[in-house]
Amino acid sequence: MVAADIQFSDELQAYIEEWSRKEGGLVMMLHRIQHEFGYIPRAAAEKLSLISGIPLAKIYGVITFYHFFKTTMPGKHRIAVCMGTACYLKGGQDLLDETRSILSIGPDEVTDDGLFSVDEVRCLGCCGLAPVLMIGDEVFGKVTKDQLPEIIAKYRNK
Amino acid sequence: MVNVKVNGIPVQVAEGATVLDAAKKANVKIPTLCYNPDLSPWASCGICVVKVEGSNKLLRSCCTPVAEGMSIITHDPDIVQTRKTVIELILSTHPDDCLACPRNQSCELQTLAQEFGIREQPYKKMVRDIPVDTSTGSLVLNPSKCVRCGRCVNVCQQMQGVWAVEFLGRGESIRIAPAADVQLGDSPCIKCGQCSAHCPVGAIYENDETSLVWDALTKEGADAKTCVVQIAPAVRVALAEDFGLPPGTDLTGKIYTALRRLGFDAIFDTNFSADLTIIEEGTEFVQRLTKAFQTGMSQATIDRSLPLITSCCPAWVDYMEKYYSDMIPNFSTAKSPQQMMGAMIKTYWASKANVDPAKIFSVSIMPCTAKKWENKRNKDMYSSGHKDVDVTLTTRELARMIKQAGIDLLNLPESEPDSPLGPYSGAGVIFGATGGVMEAALRTAYNLVTKEDLRDVNFTAVRGLSGIKEAVVHINGIELRVAVAHQMGNIATVLDQVRKAREEGRETPWHFIEVMACRGGCIGGGGQPYGATDEVRKQRIRAIYDHDEHTEYRCSHHNPFIKQVYDEFLGEPNGHKAHELLHTHYEERPIYLK
Repeated sequence: MVAADIQFSDELQAYIEEWSRKEGGLVMMLHRIQHEFGYIPRAAAEKLSLISGIPLAKIYGVITFYHFFKTTMPGKHRIAVCMGTACYLKGGQDLLDETRSILSIGPDEVTDDGLFSVDEVRCLGCCGLAPVLMIGDEVFGKVTKDQLPEIIAKYRNK
Repeated sequence: MVNVKVNGIPVQVAEGATVLDAAKKANVKIPTLCYNPDLSPWASCGICVVKVEGSNKLLRSCCTPVAEGMSIITHDPDIVQTRKTVIELILSTHPDDCLACPRNQSCELQTLAQEFGIREQPYKKMVRDIPVDTSTGSLVLNPSKCVRCGRCVNVCQQMQGVWAVEFLGRGESIRIAPAADVQLGDSPCIKCGQCSAHCPVGAIYENDETSLVWDALTKEGADAKTCVVQIAPAVRVALAEDFGLPPGTDLTGKIYTALRRLGFDAIFDTNFSADLTIIEEGTEFVQRLTKAFQTGMSQATIDRSLPLITSCCPAWVDYMEKYYSDMIPNFSTAKSPQQMMGAMIKTYWASKANVDPAKIFSVSIMPCTAKKWENKRNKDMYSSGHKDVDVTLTTRELARMIKQAGIDLLNLPESEPDSPLGPYSGAGVIFGATGGVMEAALRTAYNLVTKEDLRDVNFTAVRGLSGIKEAVVHINGIELRVAVAHQMGNIATVLDQVRKAREEGRETPWHFIEVMACRGGCIGGGGQPYGATDEVRKQRIRAIYDHDEHTEYRCSHHNPFIKQVYDEFLGEPNGHKAHELLHTHYEERPIYLK
């Protein structure tokens, strides 16, 4: 086990110890871990398994079931391309493919400089602006493929 | 009792029974794929759908409980068409390489496709290409062939409590894999092979090593090998199933003949080395018990010299080293019968037969996939100076070799094993069933303590399929408490009680514990012919005890050839030479290192 290699904050440690005793607390605990690390590192999953007694296989069954949970460290700037119904109809898939192609990364990958990762997400709640993508907290609406290099360039030096 | 009708046929079934149970009782066969009687219904495939009169809703019969007055329809054109569509959909994600598949002719999906007369595939083929995992050396996991029935996952988690595999991902990308997609060999997998015995298709199967054996059998000239083989107790009562005979048919004598015809130069029986195991382990037990009477039982519990725990089952050894390594001192250091035989073949027999041990190719036929791992478990498995057992084949692999060689097994004359590592006692035979090692050990331990023999050697309390069995045996005024557990998921209860007693400084609840990883013991092993259910296991167990009753000697210490090997070669039980060749050690095996 590599669980010994990772430190949990006191709050996280206490939270896990409390929720380990309750039925159905696994998803809650995974949320907290992802909040602390930005994703769920393997060592954190193993540490969770040790503390809670939940088999690692079960933990990974849950992590890989929900798209929200990430097993790889995201980039400094997380690009979220919306694939909700409206955005999808307005060309969300093309935006996703183009973004990944510009950055030369696939799903769950990060650019070599660690700056970018690309996720597909469901509805961001601004369908009037479809197709939409977000970088960090900034929303870009009615995006076309040819705007993408410029949008990405803006974040390269941020 | 609940009264229902199945296609108009009235039947009475117990409360809580499923529609599938009711149909069975009415002699109606509902097709199933994900359902397996060993497991609670998972209801993932949708092939067993039925209707209840008055409703067009399709219900999965495997998980629908019966209700009073229910009128069930199992077959109408709509239902049959639905089942056919489900099969076609499953086939659309399944490779079409049946002819080259290890489950060709034993595949449950293939059987369904045949029964439903599938002649074309109307849906676009979407077969995923996922790498094959051969990391355990015992099992091959080919997730591309998986039909997502969930049997392997449920066997591994529910029955065995091992949690090596889980469904990872969702939707199209769902797959059977260990946590974090590590290789099976780096997961908690104990190689018991119950996943392979329960898989309905060719997604998990034994690592076929028959080509290594063919190679050794056919080598000529300077490379020629002296090929020696041993067969395990449980193989003889199950092999017949792969030749169309009913479960529990005992083919011992014919198997010896078949092995000779395959070209083996010497045929030995693992029953013999099971006798040897009993002498070593029985002696070890009596020594520990004697010491415990001096130190006091509580102290013996704290010292972990009691309870003594059996170590014949390699999947169990692997599990203990991973999950209960604090109990290593409780483990019998006696090697398993497979490994004792291997060591004896390349030392004692080699010198007796005047054969260079380097030229011996030693094969074992086992009901077990974990035995393939055991033969290279640690350096003790090379105690002869060579690999003591070169290759381990499962019962299923032996069946294929016999068929390939054109041997008409069922019509062969019977023959005897070779001496001196062949003849055995009934105690050796019963190693193949849960409770058998305990019973065999008690038969001899009684003699070691009292210097007398039991009038009745049958310890029926430790026999049968109940998950945990306990018994109290009186030997010379000593009240000996024993426990027998089988099916890995049942073991924790027993061990946790021992651990608790130790931690609290109390006396152990049992003095001697037998553990076997598979349900029913080795007769239900992961390398046995497909289709084991409790009915099948009971028949195999019956055949084992029948065999025991018909042996000339019922106790290991009565086997004259056992006396001979100690006189001529080993010296004293638990003596120096015995320790060198017949004992091993254990170490903690942390999981998820990679």
